[in-house]
Amino acid sequence: MSPNTPYCIATKELSLWYGRFQALIGVSVEIKHGLITALIGPSGCGKTTLLRCFNRVNERYGNVTTTGEIRVLGKNIYDPDVSLIELRKAVGMVFQRPNPLPISVYENVVFGLRIHSPARSLTRSALDEAVERALTEVGLWEDLKDRLHRKGTALQLEQQQKLCIARLLPLKPRLILMDEPCSSLDVEGTRAIEELMFALKGQYTIVIVTHNMAQARRASDECLFMLMGELIEHRRTEDLFLTPQDHRTAEYIEGRYG
Amino acid sequence: MDTMFAETPLVRVKRRRESLARGVFFCMSVAMILPLVAIVTYLVVKAWPTLSWNFLVDIPREGMREGGIWPALVGTIYLVFISLAVAAPLGILAAIYLSEYARDNWFNRIINLAVINLAGVPSIVHALFGLGAFVYAAKFGYSIISASLTLAIMTLPVIIASTREALASVPQSFREACWNVGATRWQTIRSIVLPNSVSGILTGVILQVSRAAGETAPIMFTGAVFYKAVERGTLLPYYLDEQCMALSMHLYTISTQVPGVEESLPYATAVVLLGAVLLVNASAIALRVVLRSRKKW
Repeated sequence: MSPNTPYCIATKELSLWYGRFQALIGVSVEIKHGLITALIGPSGCGKTTLLRCFNRVNERYGNVTTTGEIRVLGKNIYDPDVSLIELRKAVGMVFQRPNPLPISVYENVVFGLRIHSPARSLTRSALDEAVERALTEVGLWEDLKDRLHRKGTALQLEQQQKLCIARLLPLKPRLILMDEPCSSLDVEGTRAIEELMFALKGQYTIVIVTHNMAQARRASDECLFMLMGELIEHRRTEDLFLTPQDHRTAEYIEGRYG
Repeated sequence: MDTMFAETPLVRVKRRRESLARGVFFCMSVAMILPLVAIVTYLVVKAWPTLSWNFLVDIPREGMREGGIWPALVGTIYLVFISLAVAAPLGILAAIYLSEYARDNWFNRIINLAVINLAGVPSIVHALFGLGAFVYAAKFGYSIISASLTLAIMTLPVIIASTREALASVPQSFREACWNVGATRWQTIRSIVLPNSVSGILTGVILQVSRAAGETAPIMFTGAVFYKAVERGTLLPYYLDEQCMALSMHLYTISTQVPGVEESLPYATAVVLLGAVLLVNASAIALRVVLRSRKKW
């Protein structure tokens, strides 16, 4: 994978079918390194489907057909030499409902390391260090350092969501995909996750699906508007909200439908 | 204005119907308990003169008109244990494949259909199948092996169904979490799915003990006998290629085939069979409670 490509993700004429239903129609998009890019659009427009294409996890959800090209960090991820395991290590995902695993906080964070390394190669000190680094990065270390052996599922929702982000970090991902990460959180939780996104941006490329236009507006650098499986408009967030080019975008951000 | 929010006649009728419906459903659920209590009381009262430690460990005497049930008790334990030792691993592994790996295509739908239909096959048909397949075709003869394998085939589909249910109770979001850090299906199953469904899986398997212990037809056709000379209280009286006695079969024999059996003898046998089954089921429930209390999400 060459890091010198202009775009972190680039798709060409990407179409996707669930059985006979076409969920994505010829989507060509280029997502820049190190930015936060938001995917917006009404329910069923294909935002989540597009997001799930980027680590090919769509294929685990049954009868899916894809045509077109997806390049992540310059590499076509449908090339035969692409390992899904390596791809998903590099492209992590955070979900709508926080889904920490029903094991301790500590084990949640090192879960990825454990499944990707032979058991003997992991020393206790390396694991401890990875946990401290990941939890510090998401701002949980101070709160949880004395409670690392509590179950991840017993934390507050906001902490759970941060833990889910921390779980990705030890694998050194390049990209973090977020599927409505704040929709089950309150105002404080949402603010905390957005602040975390700002802190992580630059180091990681973040793509976030959101239903919340205000969130897209305040928390993203670039914005993609989708409708009925098509990409309608992709511009800098400010420009998209202030001077939308397409009338459908304009009507959506005015709240005429959605 | 005074009549605001007052009960109208229609509402009164609805309220009466509501309490009637509630009453009927409550009575039905109470009526479920009555037969069980009645059966157990009746059996225990009738069996009382015979029930003793000696009855458990003694062998049948005087042409099965007196003595105990030791050979039948041990025979049943043999059959149940061996059949589950075969059916549990097979059923659990098959269920894992069907739930966690199989895609929704015609081949897997046929397997599913087969499992469901197999669960509905009457035990006498299983008996005939066991006779043909294990006793004759596989040349195991009338033996504990044949009878156990027949019981295993009979319990297999139910174990598959209960295991699938236990696996389905693990939230899909846990699997998603694993896949999205690059875990393979097997890593997901081993590290997350199985630890969180083991209580349900084990309960399902243990509940099949009572079915295997109670069946008469399949073992009668394939390996159970009326009488087998065994020493009182021996722990391992049978070889696997021999026939054995079994509680369900023994109950049938002394109730209908042997004249002049003391009245309390069959009842005592039934109490032992029922007691063993209840004991096993209770332990399944206890196990589930213990394992459940450890998990939380």
